[in-house]
Amino acid sequence: MATVSVTQRRVIAAAKKPVPVTGRFGAYGGRYVPETLMAALDELEREYEKAKNDRRFQARLEYLLKQYAGRPTPLFFAKRLTEKLGGAKIYLKREDLLHTGAHKINNCIGQALLVERMGKHRVIAETGAGQHGVATATVCALLGFECVVYMGTEDMRRQVLNVFRMRLLGAEVRGVDAGSRTLKDAINEAMRDWVTNVRTTHYLLGSVLGAHPYPTMVRDFHRVIGREARRQVLKAEGKLPKAIIACVGGGSNAIGIFYDFLKDKKVELIGVEAGGCGEGLGQHAARFRGGSPGVLQGTFSYVLQDKAGQIATTHSISAGLDYPSIGPEHAMLKDSGRAEYVPASDVEALKATTVLARTEGIIPALESAHAVAEAIKRAPKMKKSEVLIVNVSGRGDKDVGILRENLKLD
Amino acid sequence: MPFHFENKPVLVAYVTCGDPDLATTRDIILAAIESGAGIIELGVPFSDPVADGPVIQKASERALKHGTSLEQVLKLASEIREHSQSVGMIVFSYLNPILKMGMSKFCKVARHAGLDGVLITDLPVEEAGEYLREARKNDLVTVFLVAPTSTDQRLKQIATVSTGFIYAISRTGVTGARQQMPEDASGLVKRLRRFTKLPVAVGFGISTPEQFAAVGQYADAAVVGSAIVQAIERNRGHEAPAVAEFIRSLVARKS
Repeated sequence: MATVSVTQRRVIAAAKKPVPVTGRFGAYGGRYVPETLMAALDELEREYEKAKNDRRFQARLEYLLKQYAGRPTPLFFAKRLTEKLGGAKIYLKREDLLHTGAHKINNCIGQALLVERMGKHRVIAETGAGQHGVATATVCALLGFECVVYMGTEDMRRQVLNVFRMRLLGAEVRGVDAGSRTLKDAINEAMRDWVTNVRTTHYLLGSVLGAHPYPTMVRDFHRVIGREARRQVLKAEGKLPKAIIACVGGGSNAIGIFYDFLKDKKVELIGVEAGGCGEGLGQHAARFRGGSPGVLQGTFSYVLQDKAGQIATTHSISAGLDYPSIGPEHAMLKDSGRAEYVPASDVEALKATTVLARTEGIIPALESAHAVAEAIKRAPKMKKSEVLIVNVSGRGDKDVGILRENLKLD
Repeated sequence: MPFHFENKPVLVAYVTCGDPDLATTRDIILAAIESGAGIIELGVPFSDPVADGPVIQKASERALKHGTSLEQVLKLASEIREHSQSVGMIVFSYLNPILKMGMSKFCKVARHAGLDGVLITDLPVEEAGEYLREARKNDLVTVFLVAPTSTDQRLKQIATVSTGFIYAISRTGVTGARQQMPEDASGLVKRLRRFTKLPVAVGFGISTPEQFAAVGQYADAAVVGSAIVQAIERNRGHEAPAVAEFIRSLVARKS
C-alpha cells in the first residue's frame, strides 16, 4: 500500500464527498446496520414516502385510528390535581384511553398498513413493558399477519399479564435471555431475526429509534397526539400551554406530542427520563445525564456506555423506559436547547401514580407516571394562569402487580 | 500489503479476542497462522452484537466479562505482527467501540500496530465518510460486506469504496455454522465480480473441509469464524492446538 493507485485516489476523492446520508437530525440519526438490512430499509423508506402521499392509505389510517383505536383522545382538565398542586392549570392528554391502553397503537396501525402495501405476511417486534408487543399483536390479528414478539425474560417476569395478552391475540412471544434481559436485548434478538428473514418479514419497531426511516416514520405516526392536543388546548383555553411534559424511553410519545408545538417557541417541551434508583452507571436510564454520543442498534444518539464503548446496563422500575439510548431527534432537541430533559426516580414515579390515582381516578402506566412526577414538581412553581399539558401515554393496568409489590397497600 | 490470494482459497480465520483471555487468543492466532490461515480477523467483543449468532455472542460475553477492550485488541495485533510479517490482519468490529476511541485515533493506532485493514459490521457505505478518509490517510484497507440482499446498485457503490478484498455474506442471517452452504453465495459472488476486480472472500456458515473447498470453486477466500470460536469453547485449556488441528483439516485439500 505504499504507492497510491489511480483507483485509490478516486476512492479518496469519493471519501471526501461521502454519499449523502438521509434521516439525520442534526448530527444524530442515520443508518448503522449490517449490509443485509440496507435493501429492506431502502424499500421501507420508499414505501413510506409513497404512502405519505397516497390518499387512500391516509384515509384508511385515519379510519382505523378513529373507529378502531378510538381517536381523538380527550384533553382532560385535571381539576383536583391542579388544586392540590396550587399552580399551573394541568391538562392530561389521555393516550391511555386508546385501544390496547397506550399511544403505541398509533404507530402499529400505520406500520401494519405499510406491511400490507409491501406484501409481507410476517411481522416481528420487540417489547419492553409489553405495550408495544400487545399493540403489534393486536394489529397483526386485525390484518391477519403472523406475529412474533421478542421480550427480555426479566420484562416477561415484570409484565406477566401483557405476555398473556399477546399470546391470547395469537402472537408468539419469544423470551430473550441475554444481557440484562430487557428491552435492548429484545431489540438485538429482533434485529437478528430480521437479518435472517428480511425477505418475508417486517420489523415493526416500536419507538423513534433504530435506523432511518424508523425515527422519522414512527414520529409521523405519533404526530397526531400533538396535532390534537394543540387544537384541543386552543379550544379549551384560547391559548397555547406554557409547557408540555412527556416521559422518554425511546421517546415516541414525547416526540408525538412535542412535534406540532416545535414551531411555537414559547411552549416549553420537557422530556422525563428514568432516574431509576441512583446516579451510578447501571442504576438508571437517564441518557442525557450519564450518556454520550454513540451508535446503538442502528442510530447515532446519546448512549449510556462505558469508557471502552460497551453499552451499559440500565435500571428503571418502568420496563418501557429501561433502555440505554434515546431517539436521535431528542438528542438534537436536547443539544439545541429546544427541549429540556430531566430525570424522575422510581420512587417519584410510584408516588406520582398514587397521586394521580387518588386525585383524578386515573392510574397511569409507570412510564407515564414519570411525566406526572415532573408535573408535580413543576406545577406549584408556575402561575395559576399558565397551562401545563401532561401526556398520559398509557394506562397502569399492566403495572398493577409491580405497584402492589412496591406500594404495600394490602 | 500482506494479502496473498495466489493459493486459493485463502483461509480467513476469525477469532473473538479475549475469549477465554488475551494471552490464549495470541497463542490461538499464532497457531492458526502456522497451520495455514492466510488472513486473521481480530474480532472485537461488543456488548450488543446484532449480526452474530449464539456462538460468537457467548464468546463476546466471556471476553467482556474480564474487560477486553479495543485498545487491548490493538495491542494484541502489534504482538502478532512481531511474530508474523506475512500474515494479513484486519480488525473486525462493531462501530461503537471505535467511535468511543475516536475514528482518527483508532486508524492511527491500528496502522501503528501493523494491521492491514478494518471491517466494521454495522457501518454501511452511506455512513462511511469519516472512516474512509481516516483509513486512507493511514494506509488501512477498508473491507465492506456485501449480502445476498444487496442490489446491483449497492454492489457497485460498495465496490467503489472497498480496498483489499470484499467480504460476501453467504446468506441472510447472523454468523454461525450451517449444515449446508446456501446457493445464494455463488450467485452473489458472480454478481459482485461484474463490479470489481478485488478478491472476494465468502463467509458466514463455513465449518467443514467440504464447504471450504466448495467456496474455493468460486471465491478467492473463505472466512471461518463461529466454527473456530466453537473449537475454542470446546477445548478449554488446549485451545491453540485444537484450533491448529481444525485449520489443518480445513486446508488439507488444498494443493
